[in-house]
Amino acid sequence: MSGPLLEVRDLRVAYGHVEAVRGISLSVSAGEIVALIGPNGAGKSSTLNAIAGLVRPARGTVRLEGQELAGVPSHAAVAAGIVLVPEGRAILQRMTVAENLMIGSEARAWPGGREEARAAIEEQIRRFPSLQRRLDAPAGALSGGEQQMLAIARGVLARPRILLLDEPSMGLAPLLVRQIFEIVGDIHRQGATILLVEQNARMALQVAQQAYVLERGEIALEGRAGELARDPRLQAAYLGGEVEA
Amino acid sequence: MGQQVLNGIFLGSIYALFAVGYTLVFGVLDILNLAHQAVFMLAAFIALALVADAHLSLWVALPAAVLAGGAIGIVLERVAFRPLRGRADSNISGLISSLAMATVFEAIALQIFGPDISRFPPGTFPDRVVRIGAATASLLQLCIVGISVVLMAVLTLLLARSRLGRQIRAVAESPRAARILGIDVDRAIAMAFFLSSALGGAAGVLFGLAFNSISPDVGRGVELKGLAVIILGGMGSVPGAVIAGFALGLIEVFTVAHLGSSFRDAVSFAVLFFVLIARPRGLFGRAAAREA
Repeated sequence: MSGPLLEVRDLRVAYGHVEAVRGISLSVSAGEIVALIGPNGAGKSSTLNAIAGLVRPARGTVRLEGQELAGVPSHAAVAAGIVLVPEGRAILQRMTVAENLMIGSEARAWPGGREEARAAIEEQIRRFPSLQRRLDAPAGALSGGEQQMLAIARGVLARPRILLLDEPSMGLAPLLVRQIFEIVGDIHRQGATILLVEQNARMALQVAQQAYVLERGEIALEGRAGELARDPRLQAAYLGGEVEA
Repeated sequence: MGQQVLNGIFLGSIYALFAVGYTLVFGVLDILNLAHQAVFMLAAFIALALVADAHLSLWVALPAAVLAGGAIGIVLERVAFRPLRGRADSNISGLISSLAMATVFEAIALQIFGPDISRFPPGTFPDRVVRIGAATASLLQLCIVGISVVLMAVLTLLLARSRLGRQIRAVAESPRAARILGIDVDRAIAMAFFLSSALGGAAGVLFGLAFNSISPDVGRGVELKGLAVIILGGMGSVPGAVIAGFALGLIEVFTVAHLGSSFRDAVSFAVLFFVLIARPRGLFGRAAAREA
């Protein structure tokens, strides 16, 4: 395939008079993990929300394999293959774990029909054994880590062409953070394309191939993740030391 | 005693059927649809017109009127609710616009059918009495209970097991999460209105048959009962509305039998009052607030 899978150009997002994203451009190639890092309020989540159709951009283009999606409603973005696992997880707390997985698998049609969807759900349950024991429990009864796993499993079940992960490590204990990043790497190795927003810059740069650093709604730095991890400006601001490449 | 229980179940089945639709929309939108009673009334008139004027069988007129009720619900959602969605005051403005739509629907019915009480022609339903133990019930009453129970069971299954049901429940819990999951929230809400109004319409036709009395303001009395039922059952809870609907029917019948008809509403609302003191969110109400 020629050209990037996802291409964002001059994206601007405003909430009233406050401009959260000020003309950012980025691209994600198929099979890549691209990290979007930066401090709180830099516009990372607003960027993802605009790509996912949850907020209407004030300007700019969002193209998935050339298909223009800026400003389309979120269900159309999902139908096109842009799937968001949001910050806060957006778990349906009153529904059971099994229902959350099922509703995820219903977001986009499966070529092999219900049988393939069922097999995919089984596969996710095998990937997350802690969910297997709680399938009939209300999802609201899960721990934070389990909810994050459910959110990721549900996102994968939506058959994304690109998976947008917003702060998957937020609020989790260090051991769980490592586990979540291993899962992200695992999903990537199976062929997924991922745009990852993360405050944990160290972990994000370890797992990503390409990265963008956002500050005050603009891209301050961009490049190969390994090179950015060695950039002294980034080390001083976010990493507090050198990162293992 | 057996007779009163039977009568209570019969009355309660209509209240419950009316209320499940009422509470379904509340569960999804957090807004009371005050035009639900007008859909109840219009569907009853549509069935009456199909039977009396078009000379159709009741078994054709009933499903046709139910579908028409559902279609009216979709129009209601598009006109009275969707344009206001997302506004900060959408709860109160939606309440008022649904009240306005109820007035419009009543005016239309008044214009077409007139202010007088209309009745199904004799012979619309076989006039047969069935003996159950020491009690008796008309075949019509038994059919009304049966149809109501089947429709409520279908709704319960649909909400619990189908893709549409999961989508409606997702929107009811968190419209934002539903959007993230690729659910077309507007469509899910429109479908909830269709189901709600179809059931409200079915309740209207069955009420019209049961009491053989339909007028443009027939829904108003039922609306207040329906409101009591959904508060008692827990706002937004379908099983709560079913149980509370039957409970209200039984309470009313026993009150009339033992205290007289003038106490009927007083006792019903006193029970509602005391239940709410003990359980402020009703019998099956949820403490969790819905997400934006």
